[in-house]
Amino acid sequence: MAGTEAPRVEAVRLSRFEQLPWRRIILIILGIVVIGVVGVGATRTLTLGKAEGGYSAGAWRDFVVQGTAQGAIYAMIALGYSLVYGILRMINFAHGEVFMAGSFGSFFFADAYEKSGFLDRDPILALAIVTAVAIGVSVGTAVLLERLAYRPLRNAPRLVPLITAIGASLFLQNTFRGFFGPQPYGYPKPVVLAGNITVLGVPVQRIQLLVLVVAVICMTVLQWFVSTTTTGRSMRAVAQDREIASLMGINVDRVIVTTFVIGGVLAGIAGVLYSLTFEQVQFTMGFKPGIAAFTAAVLGGIGSIGGAALGGFVIGLLQAVGPPLILTGFGIPSVFSLKDAFVFLVLVLVLVFRPGGLLGTGEAEKV
Amino acid sequence: MKHRRWFKAFALLAVLSVVAAACANDSGGGGGGGGGGVDCATVEFGCVEVGADEAINLGAAQVISGADATLGQDQVNALELALDHLDGTFDQKDGTLLDHPVKLTTEDELCSAEGGQTAGTALAADASIVAVIGTSCSSAALGVADKLLGDKGILLISGSNTSPALTDPALHNPFYARTAHNDRIQGAIVAEFALGADLGAKTAATIADESPYTQGLVGAFEANFEAGGGTLTGSEQVDSEDTDFKPVLRSLAEQKPDVLYFPIFVAACTLIIKQAAEIMPDTTLIVSDGCLSSDTLKNAGKAADGVWASSPDLSAFQTNEFYSGEFIPAYQAAFGSDPLSVFHAHAYDAANVVFEAIKKVAIDNGDGSLSIPRQALRDAVFATSGYKGVTGTITCLPTGDCATDVTIGMFLGPGWPVEGGKGDTTAKYTDTKSLDDVL
Repeated sequence: MAGTEAPRVEAVRLSRFEQLPWRRIILIILGIVVIGVVGVGATRTLTLGKAEGGYSAGAWRDFVVQGTAQGAIYAMIALGYSLVYGILRMINFAHGEVFMAGSFGSFFFADAYEKSGFLDRDPILALAIVTAVAIGVSVGTAVLLERLAYRPLRNAPRLVPLITAIGASLFLQNTFRGFFGPQPYGYPKPVVLAGNITVLGVPVQRIQLLVLVVAVICMTVLQWFVSTTTTGRSMRAVAQDREIASLMGINVDRVIVTTFVIGGVLAGIAGVLYSLTFEQVQFTMGFKPGIAAFTAAVLGGIGSIGGAALGGFVIGLLQAVGPPLILTGFGIPSVFSLKDAFVFLVLVLVLVFRPGGLLGTGEAEKV
Repeated sequence: MKHRRWFKAFALLAVLSVVAAACANDSGGGGGGGGGGVDCATVEFGCVEVGADEAINLGAAQVISGADATLGQDQVNALELALDHLDGTFDQKDGTLLDHPVKLTTEDELCSAEGGQTAGTALAADASIVAVIGTSCSSAALGVADKLLGDKGILLISGSNTSPALTDPALHNPFYARTAHNDRIQGAIVAEFALGADLGAKTAATIADESPYTQGLVGAFEANFEAGGGTLTGSEQVDSEDTDFKPVLRSLAEQKPDVLYFPIFVAACTLIIKQAAEIMPDTTLIVSDGCLSSDTLKNAGKAADGVWASSPDLSAFQTNEFYSGEFIPAYQAAFGSDPLSVFHAHAYDAANVVFEAIKKVAIDNGDGSLSIPRQALRDAVFATSGYKGVTGTITCLPTGDCATDVTIGMFLGPGWPVEGGKGDTTAKYTDTKSLDDVL
């Protein structure tokens, strides 16, 4: 062998500067800053005297209850987002309008029952029928959406169904506006749900208690459904790998429709609970809860059921407890005006440290 | 080679048509100049040329669709009555101004900045518009419609904008004026009422939203409340599209304020009334005309009992014989209903102020056509002094406020002066102030 020598590969030597794990260092510094800000803010708020704007124990207790009740509603809507994302890898931005449709649909029955007195004579039956109507309208809207807007785009590039979803959302909002007008309608609340009730020494509004109980029951039933029944397992299979699942004999179309139906059921129940809490329906009512629920789903780990539930409660609590706890200590005058900024800042920070969300795998997933 | 010929012919045709279009604009209204010493060709902003057989074009930028449509439609109706009354009587036949008929061009401003942008652009692009009566909502005017029209020298005069920011010396557009009151006065009267004998409040909290109208009112209230010896215990801001105000209210309830003032719009206001009834039942609630609507009474139900609302007190006009004897019957005859909102008289006065100014500055070119110099029209409107309008005496200040003495009334729910108001719907407290009396 004359002449040809293998070229010598020199190991690339990094300088000390380049060897440091910069990403980890920045994350650690950021983490320390965040914990510092939270700690300092919280301690200062909690040590404020009443006269300087401090809060009593009763106020904190009320903030937690309000946040949890609101979070329960967000959790139920967020489940719809997570389920559809798990199966189709797309965000159903029109889910907020599915929620609104159920609310609006049930309004006419609820209003009629209140006028005739049925709502107060037999509230359980009346509310059951009203919820059934809400579920029917929500499921109908969800299934129509799937059939008309999303199924034709099953194999399109990921961005296309996203834009379609936004278009569907606007379409639904304006359809309801066209039919029912832009003004808010007062939603009746049965007398039995008015007022407070004391649970374990904590005064809670009756409607808040109902919301919490119903939400927990729904999430438990959903968890049982997805883990034990055949349909539930088919859903998990399709979510894992659509092609192989269809090869295994699962009717993928039917499973996808079932997913939308389940999302619609939860949205319909959430719609009735929301309308009973705020006693108002309007064509724009799906927009803000939709965004909050989507944020919750991402925060908890999009595609994961436990993540959506956890994310919902976290967002609810952040909105109610976060600004007073952390921002009052810094002397900011109107802390609740920063409520939305606060929630989205927390979302960004969570995604920086755990790109897959709180219950995600800890790795980034490209949408 | 064939292509070359077609191309040349096409290019020539294109150039000729562009030249023709450019030349076409110069025709008509060539008169110009004339008496009055104003040379329309050189004066800043030029003149509006109204041909011998043409109508004088009055623009209107009002909200005529959506949740706040009653506010704008009411004023458009008043403008049509103003056109009718040009001949001196309400006979549902329009009169003429300087022998020219007047026509109304209405644009919808949607009670938002985006709507103000669209309406302002559409009206500013029309060279025949003499002046614009509008906008309905302060958010459509501030920095949007007032700038778009002011840059073209078109006068914008409003019958219902009340935000103090619009006539703030730092922000005021020279081509903007209003016959509606300045909310510095309304906020001051609410503060005076809160401190006074009826409520005797020592502490107050406020909730504002992101609109200039609300922030102007809250700012004026807070300044006057503290100057009068009260203590402000909390000042929060919310988003007008929010629904859950329980944490905000619970936070403000900590300091147990005597009064909660939240001059926001119907959707959020109704929710706060309902939620505050449970969270701060001992605090007196006060709202302003943004919430004074039949929808609020309907949706808040029992919770609206005992809620105070401030608003221009129209009963002051009832003593004006022209208003109750001629204007209101004409309104009912022409539109089949009572007035929809509270600013119709202000819009009517705005239109008449403009008509008077046109009579003063329009140049008769001798052939039946008119030239109306824009700058002179604006100066004439701003020089209005002691004009007896339906709403009172109108004297325009250099910063654009033309309503001198403003009467604000406080109404106790459910006795609000709107459809659905129950019981005694007269004001329980009224006061009249002018801008010099308030902070």
